[in-house]
Amino acid sequence: MSVLLQVEDLTVNFALRTGDLTALNGVSFALNEGERLGLVGESGAGKSVAGFAIINLISKPGYIAGGRVLFQGEEISALPQEAIRRIRGNRISMVFQDPMMTLNPVLTIGTQMVETLQAHRDIGPSEAAAIAADKLRKVHIPSPEKRLRQYPHEFSGGMRQRIIIAVALLNDPQLIIADEPTTALDVTIQAEIMDLFLELCEQSRMGLMLITHDLAVVSETTEKIAVMYAGKIVEEGRTGDVVRSPRHPYTQGLIAALPQGEHRGTRLNQIPGTMPTLTRIPPGCSFHPRCPHVMAVCARREPASLPVDYPGGGQGVVACHLFDPQRHDE
Amino acid sequence: MMDHWQRFKASDLFYDFKRDKVAIVSFAVFVLLFVCAFSAPLIAPYNPYDPANIDIMSSEIPPVWMAGGMDDYILGTDAQGRDLLSTMIYGMRISIVIGLCAVLLQAVIGIVIGLIAGYYGGKLDGFFMRLADVQLSFSYLMVAIFVSAVLQAAVGVGRFAEIAVPFLIIVIGLAQWPQYARTVRASVLAEKKKEYVEAARVTGFNSHRIMWRHILPNCMSPILVLSTIQVANAVMSEAALSFLGLGMPVTRPSLGSLINAGFEYIFSGSWWITAFPGLLLVILVLAVNLLGDFLRDVLNPKLYKG
Repeated sequence: MSVLLQVEDLTVNFALRTGDLTALNGVSFALNEGERLGLVGESGAGKSVAGFAIINLISKPGYIAGGRVLFQGEEISALPQEAIRRIRGNRISMVFQDPMMTLNPVLTIGTQMVETLQAHRDIGPSEAAAIAADKLRKVHIPSPEKRLRQYPHEFSGGMRQRIIIAVALLNDPQLIIADEPTTALDVTIQAEIMDLFLELCEQSRMGLMLITHDLAVVSETTEKIAVMYAGKIVEEGRTGDVVRSPRHPYTQGLIAALPQGEHRGTRLNQIPGTMPTLTRIPPGCSFHPRCPHVMAVCARREPASLPVDYPGGGQGVVACHLFDPQRHDE
Repeated sequence: MMDHWQRFKASDLFYDFKRDKVAIVSFAVFVLLFVCAFSAPLIAPYNPYDPANIDIMSSEIPPVWMAGGMDDYILGTDAQGRDLLSTMIYGMRISIVIGLCAVLLQAVIGIVIGLIAGYYGGKLDGFFMRLADVQLSFSYLMVAIFVSAVLQAAVGVGRFAEIAVPFLIIVIGLAQWPQYARTVRASVLAEKKKEYVEAARVTGFNSHRIMWRHILPNCMSPILVLSTIQVANAVMSEAALSFLGLGMPVTRPSLGSLINAGFEYIFSGSWWITAFPGLLLVILVLAVNLLGDFLRDVLNPKLYKG
């Protein structure tokens, strides 16, 4: 299986009057062709920034301070804007959180879809309309030819999110970055949309990078999971392994905080404290003030990313001093 | 075409229009005046541009219902002996042409500058907006007086009459572009933060396309409202300039220069030369303004639930 997307040591800073803030701190992960990766974390952990950084769309005052992004072997982080523009919406598509906002309210669905096609391919309007109708059919929108002539406000929230997915599919991308695609939808529609993603990914061997705070959604949809905390990936592994036996204390806290049927009537577990803001990231491991297993070394030194084994035999990476065999030697 | 008409008939705009008597009446008045003005050669009893119709012997004839009035001249004649009704209809045509063209010029300059300033922001924005401030701090009358004085001296009064129409369009057009630029910039600033713009960028559209195809159509409501007000303003400005003798010559009078021409005769009793063109100007401007009010209420962005 060949590597579709490889992110190496990606760092994004925001230049403010008071100095640079690091929103994304040396993030590395890889995604194989046709694979689905879930990027989870609390709000402000840097998940969305990671998504935008991959397609080099960090808006000012943010900038990519280091690292590289390889897409199908090509270093797209080094491409000029004009060249990366040809990749956006073409080979890499993005789906956003709020389906009410992402479609232009004054243009018909058809106009917007035809435009997206023509921005990347040299085709006529009728051919483009046929492709658009075909993609709408793929996301299970009935009578697509009629729907193409309608405006976004004539659709319900769930339908609009399907249309946005259809727009993302237009140029047959190899990778879809979905940034909280179901957060604005109600639970039944959420399940439908995630099923649709699964179906589409399997049909055309498309890679999916699912950015979300919802562990339940990730565990049902993805094969790999990367947990982010304060701009860093703290744990990465097969979804089943990580959800069943999390190694990093933060991931353990997250999993323990999920409501479970058998504990009906008891209080939900929670991780004490809140995630630090970017201006006040603690020294050493940024999770140490909230960590139940905190040691002296945690406040002094940033943990390196270490390989770990999961009980099922799976491999993963975790950034925590607990798993450092040399920590006692100091 | 039929499709568009069907869609318009089903729109909120048409629904509100049908229920607003003021809007219907002012629209009807505006259409009537517009049609009259542009079919002037067909409906006007006389051609005021034809020197054969200038007859000093028939000057200052009062309207038909007054003592001394003649059936041939329903609203009387002006100081040159031209039929006042015909002259007014031709004059209104000039007023409307200048008003519309000047607004078109304002809109083109203002929309381009506002869009660029709002979208790119930063130094470009600062430069254009200060330029707008400077522009607005000059009275357009002062600029017009200065430019027309220079032009009249340069090309001669006779030639000036020929270039008066484009001159007025340019002066009024240049004077008011900041109104458009500010309005457009304000809406662009609001629109460019919205997610559909982000989505358009993610789709790989270039800035040019995002600006013109995605942001501009979303700014159309305030532009439409402003345009109606600006048409009324431009017609008034033209009348003001012509009244001051800087606009249309008496040989090809607009409503403003007719009012001006008649002004000299008010105290000699020939009030109609000023009064009727003045009344027509008020009706025209009022109709356009009321239409603008209606549009503003219907398209009010605060009531708009996008």
